[in-house]
Amino acid sequence: MNLRRDVFQAIADPTRRAILLLVASQSLTAGAIAANFDTARPTVSKHLAILTECELLKQEQNGREIYYYINAKNMKQVADFIEPFRKMWDDRFNKLEDIMKAYKTKK
Amino acid sequence: MELKTKINAEDGKQDLVIIREFDLPLELLFKAFSEPELIEQWMGTKVLKLESKKHGSWEFETKDNKGNVAFKAGGTIHEFIPDQKITRTFEMANTPYGVQLEITDFEKLTDDTSKINMHVIYESPAQRDEVLKLPFAQGINWAHNRLEEIVSKLK
Repeated sequence: MNLRRDVFQAIADPTRRAILLLVASQSLTAGAIAANFDTARPTVSKHLAILTECELLKQEQNGREIYYYINAKNMKQVADFIEPFRKMWDDRFNKLEDIMKAYKTKK
Repeated sequence: MELKTKINAEDGKQDLVIIREFDLPLELLFKAFSEPELIEQWMGTKVLKLESKKHGSWEFETKDNKGNVAFKAGGTIHEFIPDQKITRTFEMANTPYGVQLEITDFEKLTDDTSKINMHVIYESPAQRDEVLKLPFAQGINWAHNRLEEIVSKLK
């Protein structure tokens, strides 16, 4: 499944994850997104192109401006796939940490 | 909130890596992986057998509220080096998910912090993806069952 591979490559990059978080709350233009990063504008454009290509972001023409918004369906696919697994291990390890901290003070 | 646990699972590969740093001295972290009563607490499962030594074997079992076995897993320990490394196989009973090889490296960061690197290798990429989709649901169920137990005791 090509789509999924692209999706995972897309979210492997921290800037692209930050862009997704930003756009998740409201649709934004490329300029407004770029304003949130120190990275050069062409770099941000490249990230946007990758996110659009793998259909995590969608574009919408509004007058002269193009707005980017989250493609919830594909974002959900990503979250469904690996995040719960990660969450499960994180919960277990948090518990391990708590238990062993208590164990340490008991000793 | 940012999760402290990192998982690297590249697409099309039959393995994944779980990385986590702990606010615990290395010795305590290793203890949590080698003593049955501690594993029972943080894994939320019953440890039927755990021979923490080279060529030892292990067996875990979790029952639901009604006493039915919800999860059973076991395997053998191939390497057991205190404060350094545990290599073991892991297989869930009565499932088609095959066997996985788990290589867990323990590393001291400072006197009070440590890190684990779990390299998990599955029989095939497809099997890894199936397992990735599966155990979290069980994990949530276990947590939920425990929650139910606690709540029922409150009444």
